[in-house]
Amino acid sequence: MIFSDYLFLFCGMGAVTYLPRALPLAYLAHKKLPQGLVDWLSLIPVSILSALLAPLLFCDSTGRTLQLGKPEFLVAIPTLAFALKTKSLGGTVLLGMALYWLAGYVL
Amino acid sequence: MKTMPQNTPKPLSEGASAAWPICIGYFPIGLALGVLAQKAGIPWWAVAMMSVLVFAGSAQFICVAMLAAGASLPAIIFTTFVVNLRHALMSSALAVHLAGVSRRFLAIFAYGITDESFAVNMTRFRSGTWSRWSALATNHLANAVWILATLTGALLGQFVPPGAFGIDYALTGMFICLLVFQLQGSIYILTGVLAASIAVGWYLLIPGDSYIVGASITAATLGYLVRHSRRKH
Repeated sequence: MIFSDYLFLFCGMGAVTYLPRALPLAYLAHKKLPQGLVDWLSLIPVSILSALLAPLLFCDSTGRTLQLGKPEFLVAIPTLAFALKTKSLGGTVLLGMALYWLAGYVL
Repeated sequence: MKTMPQNTPKPLSEGASAAWPICIGYFPIGLALGVLAQKAGIPWWAVAMMSVLVFAGSAQFICVAMLAAGASLPAIIFTTFVVNLRHALMSSALAVHLAGVSRRFLAIFAYGITDESFAVNMTRFRSGTWSRWSALATNHLANAVWILATLTGALLGQFVPPGAFGIDYALTGMFICLLVFQLQGSIYILTGVLAASIAVGWYLLIPGDSYIVGASITAATLGYLVRHSRRKH
């Protein structure tokens, strides 16, 4: 592929990435949102985070099968406990990395 | 609209304090993307161009894989659209905290909405002390690191050993802690458990990435209904 092919591809990808990020914000930020929608949206972050995390912890990504006892899940237990206790984002990230690194040797 | 805090370093330093865990997580992923792209025969300048024009990790990985497999350009663009549609949901949730802000700000802010910056900014916004300028700084610092990391990967990524220092776990650890921040009561715990269960089932049964949006909308709606039925009684 030459320069103009890449430019076309990435401009196209950029546009379809940018519009879903921009349009809801542009539209909703200038409207009075009904309380029901605000309530519903307040549950979106917890939902998205859980939906992103759960397959990482409980599923095998190559075969798309349920896999309990993955290192990712085992490391998540002390990491979660640490996060609950300290509420420290940076500390949790570093602890998770250290434990996962160790798990690579132990498990 | 309030005055722009152009001469105060605060949004930048606040943004940096919020963004560094994201950056730690982005760096190895960006490196990996750069290495894969290089192996697929994509030149380094194209990798940099992609990270500037399309700031979207998972879609960029899919793009590299599809290019390597010889997919057509419209097919790659359409796949990108589907994969990144979930950000419309995040953009909607952020709108609650950016009500009445100028359209120009929103247009620049929207560029940096990713899974990670969304979760970090929502948590900070909810604490009540987060300014939109700090949120913008968070987005763009994360983006700068992402561009740098993918470029580094494309240029010299083959020298970095995979899995070093458990760095592959950085984003997982961050999601775990951000999830903890969101658990502000029983209804949030219930919604999270529902989303996790639905996501796993959806992920196992349906190919692709629809499980993120599907499980999120379903769980948030169920949680919302439970909360309302409780209020009535």
